[in-house]
Amino acid sequence: MLAFVLRRLIQAVVVMLTVAFIAFMLFQYVGDPVTNLLGQDATPEQRQQLRADLGLDASFAVQFARFVGNAVRGEFGLSLRQGRKVSSLIVERFPATIELALSAAVIALAVGIPLGVYTALRRGRFGSQVFMTLSLLGVSLPTFLIGILLILVFAVLLKLLPSFGRGEVVMLGGWSTGWLTIDGWKHLVLPAITLAVFQLALIMRLVRAEMLEVLRTDYIKFARARGISDHAVYFGHALKNTLVPVITITGLQLGALIAFAIITETVFQWPGMGLLFIQAVQFADIPVMAAYLCLIALIFVLINLFVDLLYFAVDPRLRIERPATAH
Amino acid sequence: MSQPLLEVKHLRVEFPTRRGTLVALDDVTFDIAPGEILGVVGESGAGKSLTGASIIGLLEPPGRIAAGEIWLEGGRIDDLPPDRMRAIRGRRIGAIFQDPLTSLNPLYTIGRQLVETIQTHLPLNAGDARARAIALLQETGIPAADARFDQYPHQFSGGMRQRVVIALALAAEPKLIVADEPTTALDVSIQAQIIALLKRTAKQHGAAVMLVTHDMGVIAEASDRVAVMYAGRIVEIGPVQQVIHQPAHPYTVGLMGSIPSMESARERLLQIDGAMPRLNAIPPGCAFNPRCPKVFERCRRERPDLLQAPSTRAACWLVGPSSEGVR
Amino acid sequence: MSTTTTAISPAAKPGRWQRFLDSDLWFSFTHSPTAIIAAAIALVCVTCALFANWIAPHNPFDLATLDLMDARLPPAWEEGGSSKYVFGTDDQGRDILSALMYGSRISLFVGLASVALSMLIGVGLGLLSGFIGGAVDGFIMRVCDVMLSFPSILVALLIDGVGRALFPNAHESLAFSVLVIAIALTGWVQYARTVRGSTMVERNKEYVQAARVIGVAPLRVMFRHVLPNVLGPVLVLATIQIAGAIITEATLSFLGVGVPPTSPSLGTLIRIGQDFLFSGEWWITIFPGLMLVLIALSVNLLGDWLRDALNPRLR
Repeated sequence: MLAFVLRRLIQAVVVMLTVAFIAFMLFQYVGDPVTNLLGQDATPEQRQQLRADLGLDASFAVQFARFVGNAVRGEFGLSLRQGRKVSSLIVERFPATIELALSAAVIALAVGIPLGVYTALRRGRFGSQVFMTLSLLGVSLPTFLIGILLILVFAVLLKLLPSFGRGEVVMLGGWSTGWLTIDGWKHLVLPAITLAVFQLALIMRLVRAEMLEVLRTDYIKFARARGISDHAVYFGHALKNTLVPVITITGLQLGALIAFAIITETVFQWPGMGLLFIQAVQFADIPVMAAYLCLIALIFVLINLFVDLLYFAVDPRLRIERPATAH
Repeated sequence: MSQPLLEVKHLRVEFPTRRGTLVALDDVTFDIAPGEILGVVGESGAGKSLTGASIIGLLEPPGRIAAGEIWLEGGRIDDLPPDRMRAIRGRRIGAIFQDPLTSLNPLYTIGRQLVETIQTHLPLNAGDARARAIALLQETGIPAADARFDQYPHQFSGGMRQRVVIALALAAEPKLIVADEPTTALDVSIQAQIIALLKRTAKQHGAAVMLVTHDMGVIAEASDRVAVMYAGRIVEIGPVQQVIHQPAHPYTVGLMGSIPSMESARERLLQIDGAMPRLNAIPPGCAFNPRCPKVFERCRRERPDLLQAPSTRAACWLVGPSSEGVR
Repeated sequence: MSTTTTAISPAAKPGRWQRFLDSDLWFSFTHSPTAIIAAAIALVCVTCALFANWIAPHNPFDLATLDLMDARLPPAWEEGGSSKYVFGTDDQGRDILSALMYGSRISLFVGLASVALSMLIGVGLGLLSGFIGGAVDGFIMRVCDVMLSFPSILVALLIDGVGRALFPNAHESLAFSVLVIAIALTGWVQYARTVRGSTMVERNKEYVQAARVIGVAPLRVMFRHVLPNVLGPVLVLATIQIAGAIITEATLSFLGVGVPPTSPSLGTLIRIGQDFLFSGEWWITIFPGLMLVLIALSVNLLGDWLRDALNPRLR
């Protein structure tokens, strides 16, 4: 098991270095690195100074190493658009995105898994058909459109919920949370649902497909042949075997949620990292793009690692290192 | 004569498809006496497994029992509601399937699977159930049963797993065990052990066995009587030694002749031309008539019932008091 | 058989068309109401898009025909609407229905182009990977793994953003190319994997070695045998991906980083319309939205049907 963890860690480092490399290329060659670091208002003297300091005639490897060193410390220079330090921008926006993504994840899992199980066990029934159609709709509707529709119904027509911003937030140390106020929750509802819909539909279809596969296996047939009750077969044997592969997917989906938050944040003007990134893309604000890229890569890598470890805990087949003993 | 344990009467199983109804089992009739081992032999697709599946009530839709009756210990079981049938499965009829690797749930310890089966049918508490499970494991030849109780299926070799499967099938003391190709997936050296184990434990527990296989060697070794199936029908049935050495049906003759033997010297193995007909192309009259070396007019017109031959019963017009063909 | 001059010839084999009509695929299609409806809807949308020039009642992008007096009219069936603009107009006086048709054309074009490119890249790399094997295969598979773990929207945004930074005053066709490439690069991985799998299976078969001995380029032989095998799954993938590509393009355009503003697609139209939701002019955003959903839904349904129809296990 140790070998496995070590291998995954090395893989993770390789991925991070690759991403850092891409970000570095962006930094150096797309636009001017001096401008990236000093901002647009730097004087020619400052630029000269920085060029000398940076030793931009230094070798590629050295510059890359310096970039990585900076990146590890969170130093990405100044935003071209706003003139502020990239790191502080990101830190400011981080909680908003994370809270949104987590809320959406909880919704997607809490609704998606039971629905998936239901539509697998009650195939062909009317309710199942309805849910399957809805799930198809969920996958065919682009996230931004869902957001707009929700705004139309709940904010414009019914005037029940707000349609932009985060509302009232409470500062817990450095973390601004919207989970502690009613107003914060009211602002969270529509964006969280919007973000959750696509994932919900995916999870539901995945759980259903997996469960149907599992129900076809020999061990389920054998369990039935032994007279095990339907309840035990479905919720004991089948469900456990279904959820194991579902775990990996949902873990990875959390990463996807953070990325898809870009869209939701744009629709609802939610002050998170996603909105920051979009504005950076529109403006060709390279430092912000590079920083966001590295951060997202880090989050993904960490989630992947965690999911792999989770697999170990859940699937006994992976835990054993010795081969099966002789008969 | 004591009452037969299992009576199958004129069983007919159909599969409705979009191109018409396929008849997979046609007028299958046989008995099994208490404690007897009946071998059911035939090529792939002859209907052996389907017969077993029908008896335990696990026929896969769209297959369905279209006609006939199945009686267990004097009570009819083919028309029972699902929960009554479920109570019978495991408790009065046990089942063993072909592939021990896929018959066991990989995520549960074998001990857990055993205890679950035991407690489903017998009113034992956890401690007693565990003791009984370990006793079963010891009986089926698993060394260090106590320790292996908490191990997972992948930690066992193929032969060991099949022993566990046999233990599971016997867990609730059924009177009949349906064994569907129990040795086909195992190494040849293990096959003999497993067959011997099956015979011994069945005798010890007083259970009858319906042993389905395409391997005549296994049949010869283990069964008391044997039924030969072809194209969904039984073509010959009788005590095993008679069927092997004095077969009456031309198909059985061909089957026995195609088995290489160290005892008799022969120039070439017998071969039956042609192949078993597909379910949608079964010829009228006797299903074997296109391939039969002794075919005559009546064979193509009328389908024979099981008629009395000198030592067995065969579905052939060559046999019985009103035979008109060439002997 | 007939006793004329062709007495020896066998009965004519049913023609290709007849075989197709007899096939399981056609049977499954004609017996699936959802597939038929989906195909019909898709056909209507594609026709509108293709023939927008001729069918659309107005040309919303010809500035000369726009009349600001006609701006913000509601759909024809509402009070204040006019039958000249069936679905209403936007803030510049553009007819929504016509904008829909032109917009669909752009959306469909980008969607189809990127899927085609995706297929090309994916199938090509898959063949390469499976056939050459070794380090090349290992490298390509690594890249696949890394790409799969990143959500498509991020990849598309990144490439688009880099494109913008590199070519700040891009020509319109360049902007389109960048967009198509960006979306294409999000979807090629699945083709690569499928094709690679089949290629590896075929590569080990004896006829490939035999071809090598004879001197026929194995590559040519592989094309003739591998390609037919993978056609099924690749087609299903393509159909499902078209909907995804269209949605991705719409999303990028909605975010303001997709098609150039001079050629608005459905996503752009929706973005423009969002500003008018609160003033009650819902039609500017809802109708393009509906069109988008119809296209995506019908293509998804067709993809679902195709996958079930081609799945040997479900037959």
